[in-house]
Amino acid sequence: MNTEKNIKTLIVKKQLKLDCGKTIKDFPIAYETYGSLNSKKDNAILVFHALTGDQFVTGINPVTNKEGWWSYAVGPDKAIDTNKYFVICSNVIGGCMGSYGPSHKDTDQKIFGTNFPVITINDMVNAQYNLLDHFGIDKLFSITGGSMGGMQVLQFISNFPDKSKTVIPIATTSSHSAQNIAFNELGRQAITADSNWKDGNYTSNDTNPGKGLAVARMAAHITYLSKKGLQEKFGRKLQEREDLKFGFDADFQIESYLRYQGSVFVDRFDANSYLYITRAMDYFDLAKQFNGNLSEAFKNTNAKFFIISFTSDWLYPTQENKDIVIALNSIGADVGFVEIESDKGHDSFLLDVPDFLSALKNFLDKSYEENKL
Amino acid sequence: MKNEFQIIADLIEKDKKVLDVGCADGTLMKFLKDNKNINIRGLEISKERVQECIAKGLTVIEGNAEKDLKQFPDKSFDYVILSQTLQAFLNPELVLDELLRVGKKAIVTIPNFGYWKVRFHLLIKGTMPITKTLPDEWYNTPNLHMCTIKDFFHFVKSKDIKIFKSLALNNLNSSIINQSNLGVKNLFADLGIFLIEK
Repeated sequence: MNTEKNIKTLIVKKQLKLDCGKTIKDFPIAYETYGSLNSKKDNAILVFHALTGDQFVTGINPVTNKEGWWSYAVGPDKAIDTNKYFVICSNVIGGCMGSYGPSHKDTDQKIFGTNFPVITINDMVNAQYNLLDHFGIDKLFSITGGSMGGMQVLQFISNFPDKSKTVIPIATTSSHSAQNIAFNELGRQAITADSNWKDGNYTSNDTNPGKGLAVARMAAHITYLSKKGLQEKFGRKLQEREDLKFGFDADFQIESYLRYQGSVFVDRFDANSYLYITRAMDYFDLAKQFNGNLSEAFKNTNAKFFIISFTSDWLYPTQENKDIVIALNSIGADVGFVEIESDKGHDSFLLDVPDFLSALKNFLDKSYEENKL
Repeated sequence: MKNEFQIIADLIEKDKKVLDVGCADGTLMKFLKDNKNINIRGLEISKERVQECIAKGLTVIEGNAEKDLKQFPDKSFDYVILSQTLQAFLNPELVLDELLRVGKKAIVTIPNFGYWKVRFHLLIKGTMPITKTLPDEWYNTPNLHMCTIKDFFHFVKSKDIKIFKSLALNNLNSSIINQSNLGVKNLFADLGIFLIEK
């Protein structure tokens, strides 16, 4: 999955000490850029992707031939306007779109599988930090991302407090909840229960644990939507049939939809990467890194924060986003917050939600204008 | 910009840190930011108004003053502004206490229920008064705790809150309120503006 020729790669020569205690070096980070870096190098936005995203933010993903995951938000004249800004996004380490991950080979030319070190959100952002040096960027204009992307945003500004002028965490949390760990565990169990998983030592595509991965995706996909959204889109509508068939085929449209989502996912995602990345999310607890005081994570930054949540997001609900706002306010940080009305659930940040996209655009453009003064 | 906002702006020195509680579309915030180099934050309950503030490049937090002021540390702002909103809270006393905890000083404005047109309306028509500062019908007004300038004056005194400045506003004219002219101002002003500190 990582041998495609359309993937740009930075080989990080420097050593990176991981949270698990192991050290990696000479490892690849796959990235993509959009727009152009201006001469002052002050228009760069680092976008962090979510669990199943990759570096191909917008336009056609050359590997999957599908639209990039944030095509609604990023592009010419869009909320993150690539006529104006230089957008960088990289595949997280542990991922499967070219960055160092479990489908890579170790020094003995053996595929890592579950011998790949367990990585954390902290490791991911420390690895991606190398992109700033690569592009010669001293300070980013903004960092943003939704869901796990938002976790990376929070960790990044905590690790590198003077490296971004603005900070936009979206539909995220500073500490992965028990409910979210539970959903991730469900996904991992589905994968590891697939007999093709073989303790992570599957190799060729025809014997990969696709069924388990598809079930993991189906379960997760439900959590990205809202009850109301599902009801309105599918209700009890039947799938290409007049009546119930009294069997276990996909009678309902929602069943057929989930099966489809599961099946297309396995074509583009690696099961071991799914295990690693969900683990990184579960381990994320930014407050814990600062003895339980989340404010401490941000005390060294002067960045301007803008936090966005969605009314129907029950995976990363408004309250968890507001907890970040509260932590920032308690140290007098510059923080704005808005909860966007949407019945599209957690996925709202990926979809065409005009209030969200205009808030994002206005915040970025106004902050950028102010910067110029 | 309305006269009330001009008077509020005049009460605030340059380069201060200010929180506008119930900042609406951010008109006053924008003025303070652009003209007095104020480090300005807003708290606003309406999603639409929050969006308008963001479009003006203002830092605003969507939230409810009755619940969300508690996240700000003691005396973390030089001034906290509350314009014509105190009467709309379930517990105005609690909100006032919070304003004075969060701000070194607070600027509170109240629509005056003692204004002669309000009294006259109720006296002659026998229906709930509708005026420029009280535009809604009784059944759809957000106002829960109407008070007069005199009520507010006595209220803050009873709470040992210091009044630095109190102004009566009638159309474009503003004048100082003091103990001796309180009765007159309470009759002829439709808005009271108070700069207070605890």
